[in-house]
Amino acid sequence: MTPFRSVRSVAVPMPDANIDTDIILPARFLLQTEKVGLGRHAFYERRFDPAGKAIGGFPFNDPRFAGAAILVAGDNFGCGSSREQAVWALIDLGLACVIAPGFGEIFAANCARNGVLAVTLPKAEVASLLADAEAGRVLAVDLDSQIVTDGRGRELAFAFPPHSRAALLNGWDEPTMILATQGDAIAAFEARSRADQPWLWSKTNG
Amino acid sequence: MARTLYDKLWDAHVVSQFDDGGALIYIDRQLLHEVSSPQAFAALRENGHALRRVDAHLAVADHAVPTLGRATDIADPQARAQVALLAANCAEFGIRNITLDDQRQGIVHVIGPEQGFTLPGITLVCGDSHTATHGAFGALAFGIGTSEIACVLATQTLRQTRAKTLRITLDGTPGAGITSKDMILSIIGSIGAAGAAGYAIEFAGPAVRAMSMEARMTLSNMTIEAGARIGLIAPDDTTFAYLKGRPLAPAGAAWDAAKTWWRRLPSDEDAVFDREITVDTAEIAPQVSWGTSPDQVMPVTGTIPQPASESEAKAIAYMGLEPGSALAGLPIDHVFIGSCTNGRIEDLRAAAGLIGGGSVAAGVRALVVPGSGLVKRQAEAEGLHKIFLRAGFEWRDAGCSLCVAMNDDRLPAGARCASTSNRNFEGRQGIGARTHLMSPVMAAAAALTGRITDVRGLL
Ligand code: SF4
Repeated sequence: MTPFRSVRSVAVPMPDANIDTDIILPARFLLQTEKVGLGRHAFYERRFDPAGKAIGGFPFNDPRFAGAAILVAGDNFGCGSSREQAVWALIDLGLACVIAPGFGEIFAANCARNGVLAVTLPKAEVASLLADAEAGRVLAVDLDSQIVTDGRGRELAFAFPPHSRAALLNGWDEPTMILATQGDAIAAFEARSRADQPWLWSKTNG
Repeated sequence: MARTLYDKLWDAHVVSQFDDGGALIYIDRQLLHEVSSPQAFAALRENGHALRRVDAHLAVADHAVPTLGRATDIADPQARAQVALLAANCAEFGIRNITLDDQRQGIVHVIGPEQGFTLPGITLVCGDSHTATHGAFGALAFGIGTSEIACVLATQTLRQTRAKTLRITLDGTPGAGITSKDMILSIIGSIGAAGAAGYAIEFAGPAVRAMSMEARMTLSNMTIEAGARIGLIAPDDTTFAYLKGRPLAPAGAAWDAAKTWWRRLPSDEDAVFDREITVDTAEIAPQVSWGTSPDQVMPVTGTIPQPASESEAKAIAYMGLEPGSALAGLPIDHVFIGSCTNGRIEDLRAAAGLIGGGSVAAGVRALVVPGSGLVKRQAEAEGLHKIFLRAGFEWRDAGCSLCVAMNDDRLPAGARCASTSNRNFEGRQGIGARTHLMSPVMAAAAALTGRITDVRGLL
C-alpha cells in the first residue's frame, strides 16, 4: 500500500451530507474488474450530462480545484454500498485525503487500506474548511502530528486510531503483517475452534 | 460480568487483543460474489499469499447477472467476463461456487441462510454492506471492502475495533399490513442514516420474538441504512427450526452440540447496552421513502415536507415532488418486488396474497424477482407465480436485478418505482430513476392501483 504522511494542496468542497458510494462511483461502472482507471467514472451523474459533457460548477470540473489532493465533505460521506471501487476512483482522481464530520464505516476502512487518510473533524471545523476550500485556500494535512492546517494557518488536531496511523505511515500490507506477526495465534485459535465447534470444520465444502 | 450477544460473539472470536483497543478477529465464514472479489483474488496472487481455508468460503454471482434468458450466455460482455472471472478464481483456489445454471443460485444474502452456511455464533463477512442480514441468526456478520476480502482469504482474520452496543426493543403488536420493513424504515427515519454509526445493533423484544426468520432478516438487512454495520438478533427456536436440515447446517449429534452452544448466545438478562431505543410497533403505519436517503421516509399518510436543508431540497427536486403534497396517490410507473431485503418466500406470499385475483394497473410495469432459484421453485410449487403472471407481473430468475442498476434491469430517467429494495439513492435503479422504498404488500398495493397506496385500505 502507498504510505501516507502528509499532503498540502487546494481542496475540493462537497458540502452535501450522505454522499453515498453509489454517487461516488455509480454501480454500472462496477463491472470493470481492475482497480485502475475508475476516476473517469467518479461522480459520473453529477459530473457529466447525458451527452457526456462536463457539467460546469461541479467541483471536480472546476479548474480552481485542479490538482487537489484533499476533499472536504459533508457528514456521513461514503455511506451505503461497501464498494472499494469508490476509494479507488477517488485515488484515481488524485485524492489522498478526505475530511468530513463523519464517514460510512466501511468506506473509512477501505480508505485506510488504500493509503487514503479519512480525517474526522467536528462539524464547525469542517464548515470552516469548506469555506477555505471554496475560496481556493491551500490546506495541509499531516498524519505524523495529526494536524490539519486550515487556509488561514490555524491548526486543527484530529484523532486517529494508532494502528491505522502506523499502517498508513509505513504503507503496511495488512495480510502480510498479520501472517508475519500473528501466525501462531491464528493457528492456536483454529485448534480451539476445531475442538469446541467441530461443526464449523466440516461439510462447508460438500 | 453480564454480557450482550455482541460481547459474546466478539469475545469468542478474539485471536489477539492489542493495546490500542483493537483486536484480531477470527472469521469463520466468507461469502463471495462477482463484483467485490476480483481485485481481492488479484491481491492474493500479487502478494504471493495462499488461501488459508478452502472450506470457509462460498461464492455466487448475483449483482451483474441477467434475470431473463438464463439458458443463453450473458449478453453484456463485461458482465459475462466478471461472472466468468468469479468462476475461474474459485476453480483456481478450489472454492465452491454456485453457478448460474444451478437452482440454488441467488442473492448472496438469501442463499447463505438458505444453504445453512449462515449459522448462529459465527463470524461471517462478505464484500457487501448488506451482510448485516445474517445477523438475524445471531451471527457476527458485517460487510467489508475488497482489501478486507483479500485479508480474510489469506489470514482468515480481520483487525477490528469493538463497536458500541445499541439495543432496539420492538414492543407491542404491529397492526394489520405492517411488516418488519415498515419497522426498520421507521427506525431509520427516526435515528437518521448515520444514527447508529459506531454501534452494533441488537434487535430485541416481543415483536422480534414473534417474527419469522424472513421478517428478521429484513430487519437486520437494513441496519446499514442506519449507519451500523451489524444488526443482531438472538437465536431462538424459530432460528433453529429454520436451520434444521439445511444442506450445510450441522446434523445429528453435531446439531445437538451446536444447539447447546447457540443457546448460550442471547444477551444476559442484566447485560448493559451503551444505548437503548424502544419502539412501540403498534404505532407504526406503512412506511414509504420520499427522498434519496433511506432516512427520508414517512408514514404513507404523510405529506412531502418543506425542505429543511439544501440536500432535502435537492432530494425533493430529484424525486420530482411538490412540498406539501400528499405521498399517497402519487402515480408510479414501475414496481419491483425482490432484493435481499424482500425477495424471500414469505415476501412473495404476502405480495401474492394481497394481489389475489387483481391486476397490475394500466401503464405500470411490475417485476417479481425471487431472491434465489430455490425461492422461485418454492413459489412455483405454491402457485404464487400464477397469481403474479395472471395479474400482469413479470416473473424473473433470481438476482439483484432492479435493486442495483448494474445488470440488464434498469429504469429510465424520471421513472417512479415502488420498490421493496433497501436504497433510494440517486441513480440506484437507473440514471435519474426515482425509488420509493416500501414493504412487499405496499408495493403490491401500488401495482394494483398505479399509485402509492395505503395497503390497510385494501386488506
Ligand atoms: S439485492 Fe441489492 S442490496 Fe442486496 S446484495 Fe443485491 S444489490 Fe446489494
